[in-house]
Amino acid sequence: MSALSAVSPRRRRTDQAARAALGAGAAIALVPLVLVIFYLMKKGLPAWSWHFFTSDPTGSFLGDAGGIRSAIVGTLVLVAVAAAMSIPAGVGVALYLVEYGKAKRFAGLIRYLVDVMTGVPSIVFGLFVYTVLVITSIGGGFAAWKGSLALALLMLPVVTRSAEVVLNLVPDSLREAALALGAPRWRVIFRVVLPSALPGLVTGSLLAVARAAGETAPLLFTAFAVFGLSVDPSQEINSLPVQIFNDARQPRDVIVTRAWGAALTLVLLILITTVVARLATRRSRIA
Amino acid sequence: MEAGALEEGRPSGPRGLALRGSALSGLPDRALRLGLLALAALVLALLVFFFIELANQSSLAFSRFGVFGFTFTNNWDVSRNIYGALPLVVGTLITAGVGVLIGVPIAVASALFATELCPRRLKTLLTLLIDLLAAVPSVVYGLWGIFVLIPFLKPVQQSLADTFSFLPFVGGHVAGPSYFVAGLILAIMILPVVAAISREVITTVPAEHKEAALALGATRWEMIRMAILPYSRAGISGAAMLGLGRAIGETIAVTLVVGNAPQLGKQIFDQGYSLAAVVANEFGEAASVPIHRSALIAAGLVLFVLTLIVNAGARLYVRSGAPEGVRR
Amino acid sequence: MTMTPHSSPSESSSSGSAASNALAAEASEHAEKPAAKVEREGREIKLEAVRAFYGDLEAVKGVDLDFRANEVTAMIGPSGCGKSTLVRCINRMHEEIPGARAEGRITIDGEDLYGAEVDVVSVRRAVGMVFQKPNPFPTMSIFDNVAAGVRLSGMKGGKLKERVERSLRGAGLWEEVKDRLDMPGVGLSGGQQQRLCIARTIAVEPEVILMDEPCSALDPIATLKVEELIAELKASYTIVVVTHNMQQAARVADRTAFMLTGEMVEVAPTEQIFTNPSDERTEQYVTGKFG
Repeated sequence: MSALSAVSPRRRRTDQAARAALGAGAAIALVPLVLVIFYLMKKGLPAWSWHFFTSDPTGSFLGDAGGIRSAIVGTLVLVAVAAAMSIPAGVGVALYLVEYGKAKRFAGLIRYLVDVMTGVPSIVFGLFVYTVLVITSIGGGFAAWKGSLALALLMLPVVTRSAEVVLNLVPDSLREAALALGAPRWRVIFRVVLPSALPGLVTGSLLAVARAAGETAPLLFTAFAVFGLSVDPSQEINSLPVQIFNDARQPRDVIVTRAWGAALTLVLLILITTVVARLATRRSRIA
Repeated sequence: MEAGALEEGRPSGPRGLALRGSALSGLPDRALRLGLLALAALVLALLVFFFIELANQSSLAFSRFGVFGFTFTNNWDVSRNIYGALPLVVGTLITAGVGVLIGVPIAVASALFATELCPRRLKTLLTLLIDLLAAVPSVVYGLWGIFVLIPFLKPVQQSLADTFSFLPFVGGHVAGPSYFVAGLILAIMILPVVAAISREVITTVPAEHKEAALALGATRWEMIRMAILPYSRAGISGAAMLGLGRAIGETIAVTLVVGNAPQLGKQIFDQGYSLAAVVANEFGEAASVPIHRSALIAAGLVLFVLTLIVNAGARLYVRSGAPEGVRR
Repeated sequence: MTMTPHSSPSESSSSGSAASNALAAEASEHAEKPAAKVEREGREIKLEAVRAFYGDLEAVKGVDLDFRANEVTAMIGPSGCGKSTLVRCINRMHEEIPGARAEGRITIDGEDLYGAEVDVVSVRRAVGMVFQKPNPFPTMSIFDNVAAGVRLSGMKGGKLKERVERSLRGAGLWEEVKDRLDMPGVGLSGGQQQRLCIARTIAVEPEVILMDEPCSALDPIATLKVEELIAELKASYTIVVVTHNMQQAARVADRTAFMLTGEMVEVAPTEQIFTNPSDERTEQYVTGKFG
């Protein structure tokens, strides 16, 4: 009599079916990605031209529709200002949580709040800034810096969370060694902790930047959109996402094509930023 | 290094060691600590302030229609300045619900495949590609939705509506944009997040339980059912709720494909609306009409509270994590 | 066939260290116990030229070994000698590790477990394993834990309950848990958890039970209970115990196999290994000169 009993065919079939289903699920998950990239390239590349990148949208109903120069520049300005606001603040909050707030209840509250912030829809951040700054016309009506503020609110929890993780990875022994040498706490932070956490901080910040670059909703009623080129943070400014959003709903084919071209540009910018972000940490591991 | 060097305030020893620092030496430290504390407190204050302002600005609408009246009345009529947000609330829940119903099983399936069944070399590629879905911004999904998905799905939706019209909520004439298309796009958008968290949760299942199941003579799928799924249930539920929270708050992609019809659609293939979409869509015209503007801000407030509740629930689930008796 | 060969009267080993004297004494003491009765005819396992690899690293270098039916065989040797790896080849768990593979023949009563037509799932049902750290399923009750493997073949209802009770009795745990079968498995003490795992293993009615350092995570009293259990279980199963504790081998095993850096150095009746080993390396190990 055999020691090995056969596995019932039913069990075999269930196993195979289940594994096939899981594989199918994974394959299905990839289909949208392929389709989006395919159509982005198919419909977006034809829009690309020298004129496309060097002229501003004209906003006229007939004739030359113009390119997306002001949108690209606008996005760069908006995101740069937002980064300047959110990255120091985000790293600062993370520093507080890691270096000074380990057992305190207040720090626990802040950490919880940051967690909550990650779940807030981006449009709500736009509304925040709108109700406090735009309605009241503090500093003028719509303005680029207000849009940046809304973006900064969006970026803050992302920066803080990743910075907290990275700062926690700096071994305590490093801090203790520096403190034992007589260095004051602030020196330890600036000369030891931050430099060793730097690659991770850069990665987290760049990922937050990539996220902010693609956001439309917070800008709709804070920075608003104009067609003309502008780098003035105190004025209204164009941006890629808003440009795409508006163009997508236009009847003219030329403008829709421009929307695709702008979408391809935006995705490319985000991808490059993401890749650079990941390279920052990889470099440091090799070093 | 002298043992007492770190302690401030010690009188100088017999050999005149200057152990007591000057009054200013601790200043930068204290300044830094207070500065960072103030920063954290500022963030807290800012959030509270924003919330209060939002409530303030919505009070016009809430006082005219009542809080419950505003949220649960089925009548969003801009031309007559009557604002009952039920179609928006229901639309939000329907689209997000469809998104979760379609997206979560696929995300979890892909996570299980990647961690348990996939050959090693393919795993990194697969997870990278799924994570890449998160790099596509909302407005691009919306654009793609309008010009690729809707035309493709229109006949599909119509034939589904005709074939399954005996089911509740299925049937009717399909215009193109609909709750269903919005739900589908939301499913795609929450996929990377739910998959990433699920992968993490599944990876933390201790190998000893998987080994125990296999050693009993379980097939691969039986091992997954016996050792992995029960252990990860809480974490995956948390991931699903986080996905729900994201789907509820998603604005731009939804507004581009849902049809923006402020009515309570009767079929899944009807056009509809959502809280976030209405804010994005009607803001231009509302800017100068106080009651309309207040209604939109009130809608934003309802949305905010909704996401707060869902995300708080999600956090509870993910944190409750591993089953009793097991140390993380 | 199952009588433990009675070796020559024990004498102090030539090296004269106190530890090895104690081992020798223990081995003889157990060697004089009558052989356990056979309740269920066990199966014999034969290993022929078995090699095991982790990628390019050869961890088991050509082992020939027999495990006799209804006997307890202990595998001893220093850390990293390959004893755990070898044992995991028997229930084909070794190949679960990415990049790992095994070669050679392992047969149960002549049937090759690595045969081309053989389903690895049925091998694992036939060859049970108890792990070093007790690992009851954390989300399952005591009953469900024991029933886990049995349910796979579709058994339910009254028959299932019978099987669970029989297994818990066989593991010496029934009296302690019969009133709380619904309680979580992880609520038991370490020793009880390990006996629960043993119950779970014997519930599927394997032919062979492999134990990989089953007592190393347990306190002395729990260890004793498990060792007593092993002595009872050999009446129905062929048992292989991997252990780094030589006293344990002396207490429970009929035969002992000594491995060193992937090679089988010597296998013999336990008493002989500890009192009069043939190989010099064995002698050095059991007298504590290394490892």
